Amino acid sequence: MPNSVIAVNRFGLGGRPDDRLPGDPERWLLDQFARYDPVSAPIAAAPRHRDVMRYFGESTGEFLVESERIREINLAARDGEAMPAMDDRRAEMRRAMLRQGRDFHEAHIAARVASALTSTTPFIERLVHFWANHFAVSIDKRETLGYAGLLEFDAIRPHVLGRFEDMLLAVEQHPAMLLYLDQTTSIGPASEFGARLGNRPRRTLGLNENLAREVLELHTLGVDGGYDQTDVTEFARALTGWTVNGLMRQRYITRFLSPDAAPGSFAFAPELHEPGVRRIMGQSYDQADAAQARAVLRDLARHPSTARHLATKLARHFAGDEPPPALIDRLASAYRSIDGDLSAVYRALIASPEAWVEQPVKFKTPWEWQVSASRALGQDALPDTNVTRLFTQLGQPVWESGSPAGYDDLAGPWAVPDALVRRVERAGAMVRAAADGRDPRQLAEALFADRLSTATAQTIAQAESNGQGLALLLVSPEFQRR
Amino acid sequence: MIDRRRFLSHSIAGGATLAFAPQLAWARAETDRKLVVIVQRGAADGLATVIPAGDPQFASQRRIFAEEADAALPLDGMFRLHPALERLKTFYDGGEALFAHAVASPYRERSHFDGQNVLETGGAEPFELRDGWLNRLLTLLPGRDSRALALAVTVPLILRGDNRVGNYAPSVLPDANEDLLMRVGRLYDADPELHALWNAAMDTEARAGETAARRSNPASLGALAARLMTGADGARIVTIDTDGWDTHANQTGRLRRELTGLNAMIGALRDGLGDEWRDTLVVVATEFGRTVAPNGTGGTDHGTGSAAMLLGGTVVGGRVHADWPGLATAQLYEGRDLRPTLSMDALVAGAVAAHFGIEPQRAARVLFPDTNARPIEGLVRA
Repeated sequence: MPNSVIAVNRFGLGGRPDDRLPGDPERWLLDQFARYDPVSAPIAAAPRHRDVMRYFGESTGEFLVESERIREINLAARDGEAMPAMDDRRAEMRRAMLRQGRDFHEAHIAARVASALTSTTPFIERLVHFWANHFAVSIDKRETLGYAGLLEFDAIRPHVLGRFEDMLLAVEQHPAMLLYLDQTTSIGPASEFGARLGNRPRRTLGLNENLAREVLELHTLGVDGGYDQTDVTEFARALTGWTVNGLMRQRYITRFLSPDAAPGSFAFAPELHEPGVRRIMGQSYDQADAAQARAVLRDLARHPSTARHLATKLARHFAGDEPPPALIDRLASAYRSIDGDLSAVYRALIASPEAWVEQPVKFKTPWEWQVSASRALGQDALPDTNVTRLFTQLGQPVWESGSPAGYDDLAGPWAVPDALVRRVERAGAMVRAAADGRDPRQLAEALFADRLSTATAQTIAQAESNGQGLALLLVSPEFQRR
Repeated sequence: MIDRRRFLSHSIAGGATLAFAPQLAWARAETDRKLVVIVQRGAADGLATVIPAGDPQFASQRRIFAEEADAALPLDGMFRLHPALERLKTFYDGGEALFAHAVASPYRERSHFDGQNVLETGGAEPFELRDGWLNRLLTLLPGRDSRALALAVTVPLILRGDNRVGNYAPSVLPDANEDLLMRVGRLYDADPELHALWNAAMDTEARAGETAARRSNPASLGALAARLMTGADGARIVTIDTDGWDTHANQTGRLRRELTGLNAMIGALRDGLGDEWRDTLVVVATEFGRTVAPNGTGGTDHGTGSAAMLLGGTVVGGRVHADWPGLATAQLYEGRDLRPTLSMDALVAGAVAAHFGIEPQRAARVLFPDTNARPIEGLVRA
């Protein structure tokens, strides 16, 4: 039975003090589709794709010039004993890029937070976070530092209400994903360049299957989706030649790229592409260039295994860690009936009673908890000077899951003792910083209405101060789950 | 190639008896055995840690690092230990430290990210497995022995997986006041899940006590680990991350600092464990080694073979275990790295199996399912 508290907390990101609980919960969710803004104000104000890529493009260019200079000095002084490689400038350049990458990363996290806190379309905002985790990149791979947030802003936000196929193509051609999963340096063994290497093979050069494997296993079909190692290798061959302009330091790749192309833009290098017809999941692909892997991605997006994989993950996100099979079937068939239209899937979800069960179905992740706590206190941004570190301390650094599988959407990693203590410490600090005399009893009533338990209401009422009452509200059972 | 290698198994007591390790009964019962896994993130330079000073090519290949051997602590005719590891040297002298050399995981490229993934998952290649080998180990251990804890804000991959594990780290968030903690406890009384988590958390906080308040210097981290492990309900398996090992520049000073920290951490762990050190195995491992030759900035770059350590009361120690590949350029891996001759998986599977009394092949299949590791026997007392 649709309920407004469930709509706000399970589907949305939690209430704000001046919100009124929606009268018609389903309508409230559906109305957000038309109002959603892919470029919300905080994201418009963050370092944009063009600026980030211009910086890294220029820095990489300078780095390559310096590398060339050192190479020539080394060639000139080739007597084996001398150690002429004066690498200090390159090391300093690397450090500068790392520093700037961290600054971009921090600014992007702050923008993501502000967008979530101020959003009036919190259901769609939640779906953006869901898909960003589905297509996870992680900055513990340094190559993605400074770009990771852009994947969400550029490739996910614009497509969150559109067709999955369009999101998939945007993600797989985004520099953050191409760099994260090593696609940028994958070389077809029989390609023009690969054939030349054939005579004097070098250890690290050759076909790289990372992106192909993760697309099949994580992004589309799912681990039991019916593909095998041959499909992975064939798909990896189809993907060869896909790379990125202006951001790479490997001379053996950059020489095939146009020096004038916009940094960070998708590149196709025919010299690296494995020629020939590819056969993947029973289909043949005879396209000659970048169109080959695009055609594979389009077919993968339409595959029934993909429908089922995505339906299972969405069902798990809204109906609990063990999602009901009937709900998965319904979402998968909605996906297939309108050709991967994600809005149709969300509509089917909203219309499903399994997503509206009375008891909370999910333990909040640290991200969800912090966002809902800040919204409850009426914050528009996090006042913290270091938001990157804050989420690390809470146990879930943003865009840093350490794995292309993203964070688990299960209680297991989050419902742990140490995490609970951290939430209490954080709640204590938040109310100290934001003590504005708000009455915690009224706030609890406004947020949870008749869903507020007697135990929580009493504990809050007996608190020694307003601040302590607010902290108790933020860590109450009602607040830890959705 | 193989005939040019010298097999080295130096032992203070003489290593010959190892081939005749007794057959053991593999019935599992709960034990008091404890395991600590310390991951050196960033690729620690094994050649500067366990220094092959006796290799004829040592001085010419290590160049600016060669003089480090002068102050190092002699282990045997071939190897010396970095001078900052003086506590570990006393373990070695007492037969409680085994250093393994020219070790590598199955990973043969040079990305930290992928290398740590292989080291932690126990897969044959990056991202092949989704959970960590230390988590899979828990399925082989009976009830009490499977209590595992990561000393980290988030559980690192090595301990992630289907088996429930805990984590604890000194927090840099401001402490909540006592009164708030007490009220939160009452608030959770009626909620079975939160009640259980909260009790566990308060129990850990109480054990960590003052140690946690002193924040994370290596010695206090070691003491904290010991505190969380001692007694009948202490954790049996703990993993600790260390970083700062990626010494591309100015290696000598940075490595001395990191090794001093490691030495202090393990020393404090040993002191804190007291008699329970007898039942403890500490494994120290890194994702890969570093280049044999220094680079142009006083450091070393990503390499292949490195060193690993087995420490503790159950170790059959006092020796360096290595099938030494040699440092001459022709003997190096791809002309630049220490050639790996010892499988990290075989080392870990053998040590952990003996430590917990698990049948070695079974341990290898569960921990390293795709790498065909043949567990090395005789590293640890059953």
